Amino acid sequence: MEAHIFELQYAIDTFYFLICGALVMWMAAGFSMLEAGLVRAKNTTEILTKNVALYAIACFMYLACGYAFMYDGGWFLSGIEEFSLDGVLASSAENGFDGGAVYSGASDFFFQVVFVATAMSIVSGAVAERMKLWAFFAFAVVMTGFIYPMEGAWTWGGKEVFGLFSLGDDFGFSDFAGSGIVHMAGAAAALSGVLLLGARKGKYGPQGQTLALPGANLPLATLGTFILWMGWFGFNGGSVLKLADASSAHSVAMVFLNTNAAAATGLIGALIVAHFKFGKADLTMALNGALAGLVAITAEPSTPTPLQASLFGLVAGALVVFSILALDKLKIDDPVGAISVHGVIGFLGLMLVPVTNDGASFVGQLVGAGTIFVWVFATSFVTWLVIKMVVGIRVSEEEEYTGLDIGECGLEAYPEFTASSS
Amino acid sequence: MKLVTAIIKPFKLDDVRQALHEVGIAGITVTEVKGFGRQKGHTELYRGAEYNVDFLPKLKLETACTDELAEQVVEAIQASAATGKIGDGKIFVSSLEEVIRIRTGETGSQAI
Repeated sequence: MEAHIFELQYAIDTFYFLICGALVMWMAAGFSMLEAGLVRAKNTTEILTKNVALYAIACFMYLACGYAFMYDGGWFLSGIEEFSLDGVLASSAENGFDGGAVYSGASDFFFQVVFVATAMSIVSGAVAERMKLWAFFAFAVVMTGFIYPMEGAWTWGGKEVFGLFSLGDDFGFSDFAGSGIVHMAGAAAALSGVLLLGARKGKYGPQGQTLALPGANLPLATLGTFILWMGWFGFNGGSVLKLADASSAHSVAMVFLNTNAAAATGLIGALIVAHFKFGKADLTMALNGALAGLVAITAEPSTPTPLQASLFGLVAGALVVFSILALDKLKIDDPVGAISVHGVIGFLGLMLVPVTNDGASFVGQLVGAGTIFVWVFATSFVTWLVIKMVVGIRVSEEEEYTGLDIGECGLEAYPEFTASSS
Repeated sequence: MKLVTAIIKPFKLDDVRQALHEVGIAGITVTEVKGFGRQKGHTELYRGAEYNVDFLPKLKLETACTDELAEQVVEAIQASAATGKIGDGKIFVSSLEEVIRIRTGETGSQAI
């Protein structure tokens, strides 16, 4: 009887991982729609191509070598197909009914791989409308096959940073579902790319003022945000890693509740701040606010009370507006606000962990954030630089004017519409 | 004969059509156009940055009428298209040399 209960528990926890992974996979659709909505019509086909291809590249690279770097195991997941019922029952008996989850290794890979794709999606929005498509793909190979898996190994993988120190054991670094490991890492890679790439032509005026390059399709941007919001329940909910005992199930429910609450107040915060700053209800800022709330709560969605989660979201949503405006002052051109949403707020999320989780400290969180940022920024910078010197990373001025759709993909997104103006 | 061409605010089209119908106009051609006059463009806001939209959408309405009716037509358009705010548009009246109905070959005021 006990063996059957353990088998059932294994089945439920594996199933839970797979469903949550599928939800996170759907976030790739969310990023695609958000980015397609916030770029101009002439760059739509290119951004969509970039999003589907980066997802595919991330999946293959993480399967080929990323997972091996992060959690050991073989190249191309060799050995993951083996199954031993005796092994499962032995692990379950050792952990106990309410101990650590025992689940299929294949489900673990599936859940982990979609996080890699999420980190890479963050980069694509920030470098939109001016980067060469194949230069981006080359970067995606390095990012998803090496850069991300290395910092993932030091955090969730529990390995020492080049044998020097352990973020978990020495500093108590805690990042529940990846405010830093996934989001800030993606933003650090994006920032290094944007610095080498430069701003879109026409984004900043001769006196340094910020000019508007309005996104082509706000319904798509809104749909994308809702898709991300939904996918985030898998992102954070799945990171509990277990569902099949009462206390884990309760923890999952709290994570869903807090994730939703932070997104809601994030949106409200951004909407209100934007209204007072600009005098209008700014939709795209509000969308960024919801995502900011989600990123902020991702580092620790299980311990805050609903009120705390709401407050964290509110702070994140308000802060992201100022961050977006500040980056524009520095002429760091980020068409979708990814560096602010995922980088600045990802850092905020890490620093909020000790407020509700006694196991973490501000110093430990700072060390962890610093390690992730320095590693990802530095290796990304070198990677971008090499690609820039070999093939170049920016399209020609003429191609940027006519649009990357024709230049990179040879196809317009809306061939039967007449454009009003570029 | 006169050709009356009016640039109007798009939301006023139904009112103008009704007014012209009442003075006896039997045919109108409407085109969606963009342009600017004294109203210039207007500013919009995107992620905190203001930008100008220089050309505003308007409707161009054309109708042919006899010389006697022209004054009434102009009055009807002016009365029905006016909001009193800047950007209400303009009416141009020009002489029309000839009108031919394609189906029957009728010409002049018969063809209007």
